[in-house]
Amino acid sequence: MSSIGTVDGLASASHGRTGSGLGARLRRLQPGLVLAWIVIAIVVLFALFPQLFTSYSPVQGVPVEKLKAPSALHILGTDALGRDLFTRIVYGAVHSLTGAFVAVAVGLVVGTAFGVIAGSTGGIVEDGIMRLVDVLLSIPGLLLMLSIIILLGFGTVNAAIAVGITSVAAFARLSRSEVVRVRRSEYVEAAFGSGGTFLAVLWRHVLPNSLVSVLGFAALQFGGAILAISTLGFLGYGAPPPTPEWGLLIAEGRNYIGTAWWLTTAPGIVVVLVVLSANRISQSLGGRQ
Amino acid sequence: MTTPLLSVENLSVAYREGDHTARVTHDLSFAIAPGEVVALVGESGSGKTTTAQAVIGLLPENGRVETGAIRLNGEDISRWSGKRLDVIRGRQISLIPQDPTSSLNPVRTVGAQVGEILRIHGERDRNLIEARVVELLARVGLSDPDLRARQYPHELSGGMKQRVLIAIAIALKPQLIIADEPTSALDVTVQRRILDLIDELRRENGTAVLLVTHDLGVAADRADRIVVLQGGRIQETGETASLLASPRSPYARRLLADAPSLSARTFRAAPAPGEDAIIVDNLVHEYQSSGREAFRAVDSVSFTVRAGTTHAIVGESGSGKTTTVRDIVGFGRPTAGAIRIAGTDISALKGEALRKFRQTIQLVYQNPFSSLDPRQTVFSIVEEPLINFGERDAAVRARKVNALLERVGLPEALRKRRPRALSGGQRQRVAIARALILDPTVLVLDEAVSALDVTVQAQILKLLDELQKERGLTYLFVSHDLAVVRQISDTVSVLHNGQQVEAGSVEDVFLRPQSDYTRELIDAIPGKRSHALA
Repeated sequence: MSSIGTVDGLASASHGRTGSGLGARLRRLQPGLVLAWIVIAIVVLFALFPQLFTSYSPVQGVPVEKLKAPSALHILGTDALGRDLFTRIVYGAVHSLTGAFVAVAVGLVVGTAFGVIAGSTGGIVEDGIMRLVDVLLSIPGLLLMLSIIILLGFGTVNAAIAVGITSVAAFARLSRSEVVRVRRSEYVEAAFGSGGTFLAVLWRHVLPNSLVSVLGFAALQFGGAILAISTLGFLGYGAPPPTPEWGLLIAEGRNYIGTAWWLTTAPGIVVVLVVLSANRISQSLGGRQ
Repeated sequence: MTTPLLSVENLSVAYREGDHTARVTHDLSFAIAPGEVVALVGESGSGKTTTAQAVIGLLPENGRVETGAIRLNGEDISRWSGKRLDVIRGRQISLIPQDPTSSLNPVRTVGAQVGEILRIHGERDRNLIEARVVELLARVGLSDPDLRARQYPHELSGGMKQRVLIAIAIALKPQLIIADEPTSALDVTVQRRILDLIDELRRENGTAVLLVTHDLGVAADRADRIVVLQGGRIQETGETASLLASPRSPYARRLLADAPSLSARTFRAAPAPGEDAIIVDNLVHEYQSSGREAFRAVDSVSFTVRAGTTHAIVGESGSGKTTTVRDIVGFGRPTAGAIRIAGTDISALKGEALRKFRQTIQLVYQNPFSSLDPRQTVFSIVEEPLINFGERDAAVRARKVNALLERVGLPEALRKRRPRALSGGQRQRVAIARALILDPTVLVLDEAVSALDVTVQAQILKLLDELQKERGLTYLFVSHDLAVVRQISDTVSVLHNGQQVEAGSVEDVFLRPQSDYTRELIDAIPGKRSHALA
């Protein structure tokens, strides 16, 4: 009974607060979150308009300029073939981002479909799907990715699909548990009680209410996917050279780690920054529900 | 006059939320003499719990005493630090919390939790603590206290847990006990026994009690003086008898009129004879669990309800009333017996036929928070059943929905809102509108007014009464609150442990109860004592 009052009070209070304007909202912004959004925005711009940021070519090297340390001319230095490292990182963004996008999309669509079917039907279908998911979970992620790439063949898209398939299990489990939670709620029963058919209730009530946290999880997976794709690139299972993919950049720089530290450090830091930013943003999305 | 034990002077408490602070109590002043019971009465949001929390220094982190003083034996404790208050908490002031199920630590034994308060206040002798714990548990009326002390909270019922909490509260014989809605989560008969226990302990030790309650009936029975709160302001203070006999403030008068347990006792006029809308015949429902004997939740329950009348199903938790109702609306399948709604046997319906039949019988849930989809607007919630039954014309749907929302008293401005932005009463109106949009003949109300404040409850009951007269609806009204049942029903079934112990017209059952259980239920309705006085 007292909870009714509390919720009412909060509802009216938050209503009153919208009047206090933009100033209050700006003050509540967390600097970490702002920074995360800026990092992601810059990387997206890298991917969309790389030529705005650099005038060098990402693949054509200038042999004389090889292995130069960072300077005003080449702010992150050059590699063994005399290619500007900053340019390669900028042009590499599109590979990492689209790869991560495809990976998350595969995991989200396939995993959520499995989870929703399992959660909403129950019984033998649910058991079948969830045991399959358990099997997927029991295989170490990297091993699974490598096996899939060997089956599908090398390449950016195939690497992305491999990363996506490894996250299917996690998406399926999360969406199933959300669907089961929502399906047991009274408003779903009330919807059946007012004559809703199974599909109508699923579409109108179960999906919208269960997918919020799944979307938050997708943002989290985005960071993980960038890391996984870089890992595959590093191991040589991703895009073939001379593609400036971030993982591949790190792998190529490894041979010169003693003499040209910037070749591994710079792309490594970029990967870390992007992954951290994606995690921070997904955390804020998750907290908002 | 002697110095009061507790005196609250011009107390204002505010909560900080984000950038602004909201004051929830305004200049409250009242006093409690030693050994006296003072009841703080008000609806949710009136500031009664906040006041109680301020007295014992347990305001939530964002709460702050802005002005005023709280004097315990003449000393202002309102600005004491938590550490300083620890000395008097438990020893001079103690608290019986609202919800017994969440107020005990689930991973420690009952005995350890009762013993904790003794240890905190300096007792070190383990044997002495153990002996004292058993003594306390026996004192609050728990059978087999030795065993109880070794049990964990989940092994006890709600009433037993509340007794344990009372044992903790009285362990050091404090001068003041704050009881914050000590019984609102309990069944009526348990509620009565717990209140009796608090009363008895109070008389024995001369303890004063600050009783926080929303139920004017409980306050009328138990308190020497009543403080009526509304919106954080005191509306009226007075001796219980005189306040109930002649309330001066309009709010207290309304509260008194709306309290079903205290308002005039008139029964509904006998309904005109008509057809039977609901026939339940020898309903049996068993729950199978593997490896164990089937549990019989409902055992041969039979009743009939005439069209256009209200039949109440009364019982405490575990009586089988919810199972019965779920079978009647077609969410559950009875093990045996027949249920005929408007001439159709609902337990034989399946699939599409059952879906079609839902136009005839609709259910309104107890909790208007969880029975409405948080992502839908009020309009689309009420519109949905029409879509389900193939009303294609959006204009027709809009006309019907708007007309019905108007009828249940929801202003136009609310129709685009989501349930979160509505009050409890408004939400229940939405739920009623959703149930009525298909023009059903039978409406099942599962504790539909139990979660609402008395004033709102009275409004909803009035609305239901009007709708019944206008549309000739048949109501099946499930409730644990006999006072409400008396007000709204024509006939009643009393369920106890799955069996129907009594059935008949409300007048017969209330005035001439046949079974002991019914008599006990009727006796437990709070507000008896005030009628005896009047």
